[in-house]
Parts: sequence; C-alpha cells; structure tokens
Amino acid sequence: MILSVEELEFLYRNRKILHEVAFSIEEGEVVAILGPNGVGKTTLLKCLNRILRPKGGAVHLDGNNLFDLGTMEIARLIGYVPQRVETGRLTAFDAVLLGRRPHIKWDVTEKDLRIVDSVFRLLSMEKLRLAYIDEMSGGELQKVAIARSLVQEPKILLLDEPTSSLDMRNQVEILAIIRQIVLEHRIAAVMTMHDLNQALRYADRFIFLKGGKVHAHGGAEVITPQVIEEVYGLPVIIGEIAGMRCVVPGSPEVVLAQNL
Amino acid sequence: MHFAKGAVPEDYLVYIRRKYFWIMGGLLLLFIMLVYSISVGAVTIPPYEVLQTIMGHSVSTKWDLIIWNIRLPQALAAIVAGAGLSVAGVVMQSILRNPIASPFTLGISNAGAFGAAVSVVVLGTGKVQSTVADAVTINNPYLTTIVAFFFCLLATGVILLISSIRGASPEVMVLAGVALSSLFTAGTAFLQYFADDTQLAAVVFWTFGDVGRVNWLELEIMTAVVLLAIIFFITNCWNYNAIDAGDETAKGLGVNVERTRLVGMVVAALVSAVIVAFLGVIGFVGLVCPHMVRRVIGDDQRYLIPGSILFGGILLLASDTAARLIISPYVLPVSILTAFMGAPVFIYLLLKGYKR
Repeated sequence: MILSVEELEFLYRNRKILHEVAFSIEEGEVVAILGPNGVGKTTLLKCLNRILRPKGGAVHLDGNNLFDLGTMEIARLIGYVPQRVETGRLTAFDAVLLGRRPHIKWDVTEKDLRIVDSVFRLLSMEKLRLAYIDEMSGGELQKVAIARSLVQEPKILLLDEPTSSLDMRNQVEILAIIRQIVLEHRIAAVMTMHDLNQALRYADRFIFLKGGKVHAHGGAEVITPQVIEEVYGLPVIIGEIAGMRCVVPGSPEVVLAQNL
Repeated sequence: MHFAKGAVPEDYLVYIRRKYFWIMGGLLLLFIMLVYSISVGAVTIPPYEVLQTIMGHSVSTKWDLIIWNIRLPQALAAIVAGAGLSVAGVVMQSILRNPIASPFTLGISNAGAFGAAVSVVVLGTGKVQSTVADAVTINNPYLTTIVAFFFCLLATGVILLISSIRGASPEVMVLAGVALSSLFTAGTAFLQYFADDTQLAAVVFWTFGDVGRVNWLELEIMTAVVLLAIIFFITNCWNYNAIDAGDETAKGLGVNVERTRLVGMVVAALVSAVIVAFLGVIGFVGLVCPHMVRRVIGDDQRYLIPGSILFGGILLLASDTAARLIISPYVLPVSILTAFMGAPVFIYLLLKGYKR
C-alpha cells in the first residue's frame, strides 16, 4: 500500500467540501477520481500533497504521515500536474529541469541534467528539448508538465484532468504514457477525469465522489448505469464495442425530460 | 522511480553557454562604460589615467579630486541604483505575475515623493543646494531622505497589512499599490498647492532622480542594501522560476508560494525605498530593463536576474553619462534621460520580438 487516506475532511470557509473520504492505493495502480463539476475532485487531489490542508483525517504516504513531512519532502514523493500550466520564454528542457527543484540544493548537477534527458527520451520528446514552451501546442505543453512531474522521481503522480484540453490522439497518447510509466516504475497515479470511457480504458480503480463523500469505490465492476445515474444525475447505457466497455448518455428524450 | 539512462545533451550545454557569454559581455561592457563615464565631462581625463587613479596610483592631485570626489561616486551610484531598481523590477514582475510590475508598482516612488514634500513644506527643510541647479537646494537633505524613506516603508507596510488580511495574492498587492499611488500623488499635489515658490521648486526638484546627490557614506549604505538584496534574490531564483510556472505547479514542487511572494516583495520594496530616498524618483529602469534582458536571455530567472542586474547598471550609467554630456555645461537629472534613451530601444525590441 503506497497511499492510504482515512476519514479525510476539508472545509472551505466553514463549508464542508469533503468528508469521510477514505481509500487506499497500491503500487502500479492508476486510479481515476470521478464525479460532477464542483464535487471536490481537484480539492481531494490537492489534499493528497498538502497544497490544501485538510481539516481532519489522515494521509499515509509510503509509510509516512503526510502531516509530519516538510513541503520539500512531500515534493520528493509526490509529483503534481495541475490543470493550468503557465508558459514563458523558457526551453522545454529548462521547464522540465524545474521539476528537480525539490532535489536541488545549490545548483543543478550533472545528475539532474541526465535525469531530465532520460525523461525526454522516455516520452519521445528529444526533438522538443530546445523548443520554447510559449510556442508549443497544448499537447506538447501537457507532456512538458508531465515530464516535469516525472523528474521529481516521485512515488505517486497526481494529475488534475490531464487530458481535458487535448485532442483525441493526444488524450490517448498521454494516458497510455502514464499507464506505461506507472507499471514499469512501480509507482501510482491518481487522476481526476471527466471522460468515463477514457477512465475505463486506462484506470485500474475508480473513485466516484458525490456530495463530498466517496459514493462508490472499486474496480471496473463499480461502473454501472445505476452508480453513474446516482452520481451524475444522468441515465446512461453501457455497451461493448470491440471488446471494450463504453458508456454513452441515455436517449436524448430521457435526458431532456430530466432537465425540464 | 529512477532515471539514469540519459546523457547531458550537447545542444543544451551550447545553449546555456551562450547565456553565460551574454552575461560576461555585459560585465565587460559595464567596466568599459565605467571608465568612459569617469573620463568624460567638463574636463576630459584620459581613460588610462582614470584606470591608474582607480587602482590607487595617483596621477595628479587634480585628477584625484575630480575622480574620487565627484565622478567615481556618481558613476558607482548610477550602477548600484540601476542594478537595484532593475533586480527589484524583475523579481516584482515574477512574484506579482504582472509584466508591468516594477519597484514603483506598489506606490513606493509616490510615497517617497510625498515624504519629500512633507519634509520640505511641512517641516520646512526647503531651500538651496544641488549638484545640478545651484538655485534650488534642500537645506537639510538628511531629514528629507529620512522622511522620504519613512513614507516608502509606510506604503510597503500598508500593502503588507492588506495582504495579510486578504491573502498574499498578486491581484490584491497590485491593486493596493495602485490605490496607494494615487493617494500619495494626491497628498503631494495638496502640499504643493499650498507651498510657496521656493518650496514648490524644491519638491519638484527632489522628484527628479539624480545620481549626483550621494556622498560616499550614502553610497556605501545603498551598496550594502542592494548587494544583500541581490544575494537574496539569486539564492531564490528557483523559487521564482517555480512561481513563473504557476502557483499550483510551484506548490507541487514544495515551494511556499505565499511566503516567497511576501518576503520577495518586502526585500524589493526595501531596495527601492533606499534608492528613492537617496536619489529621488528614477522610473523606467525597473520596469523596462528586465524586459529588455528577457528579449535576449529569456525568462529563466537563473540568467534573467544576473542579466537584469548588469543591464540595469549599464543603462543607468549610460543615461547618466549622456545626461552630463548632452547639453553640457548643463547637467540633466538622469531620470529624464532614462526614459528618453530606454523607451525607443524598448519599443524597437517589442517590435522585433524575441531573439532566436
């Protein structure tokens, strides 16, 4: 068990955003956090690396209590890829090198540069090394952000909607890379997602949030029309195409009638 | 997770080496400018003799007098003030996430000018003595400096107070700075309205930033503050890089964003306050120098901060030298020249875009 969350509670201006959240994650697992907009998916993610401070509960990380660790220690264990990444007049190499920040004492060492280089190879981005990130496409920029979190050499990757602004090809590419890295390096990834079909293809386990609580939690078996309707308030049909389970929204009449 | 297969890519090293060359070139240019600036003026001193005199080998007592008492402190003040304003500007732009942030964004220059006006009009330190125009002088420059500095700190303190109540967000800081600026401008205008002719002249004169005002002691104080600030900023360059990548990315990398922002702002404000209190208002350098350097060296703070320090020194020294020569024997305050020289260059760079 690499990460375990117990009775997590988070308040925002005395309003309960998350409560009684509990789950655990094993090495080599990709976990999808699912739920409607505003349910607290991003908040949960930020509580896991203490960007936000939970009000109560506990987070154990690779045997350590998260609240006993310093921010730099956390950054050496957890990589975080936020939804929004700022650009600037920086080469991709320097932008990724920034991910070594938690390990750098005074100045960049040769080891830091070698690690950055190997992550560029791992993601097949060698050609982008000296490209300026303010001239990059959304897909390339997202890869830079993921590369930055990988050079932190984390045990856990947290990704906030890693594919939300990407085209279909880039979505598949990014998720496949994450999947592969998690398996090969025996780390874990937790990502918030909206696309249930992508989640079904690339995640091992699923956490549905509803009303600030974990509504359902488990493997692919928890994804049922009933659970999805309870969480999203939308009837769906689950079918199979070419051996893959797919979720499609219910008939338009039903959806419209519900909205009226 | 462990990655060790990589090598250090040669093309990246070449790219980084180019940045070092720019910085080395800047250092050389600064030194040449310094010697040139000391050698020209009402009396021309040959550059070789300037070098000898600075090294401590006296050539003639006349040169000693001119160099040690007038030209060297003035040139050094220009370098120190230029470097200080520029580094404060580049850090402000980073931590406030705002390209038009400068040392004066937080209302510091207006607070300083208001302080000078209070000193001259209310405390009656107005009248006589300056390096530029003998007619207008402030008869107690120390009190004026102290009062100006006090109001600079007051402005910073108010913004800190607001930030601690509303959270240290860049928007709150910038908007509070705008509000304070207008408040102090109105205060200065109010005092000027009731001032007599001499006081009015003294207040207006004070606001024209002029590096010829300092004596050695003031120069030493200013240098110490600027040097400490530079060391602080350079040791924090990775934190500023992280904040440039977005607050959340920075937090994910273990950077305490709020504290970095607050402390960085206090240090930048302190540097600006010291410079403004001693020299008056010198605009433009802190705003534009970092952007000029960005166009050449990029946004990586590891190189941008040293580049801005050097280029700030070069720009202010060049401006001051030009200000002394342009309508000789009259000497213009450097603050007028910085914008005259800097603005066209900056607009040219904007149109040209980034260097590839």
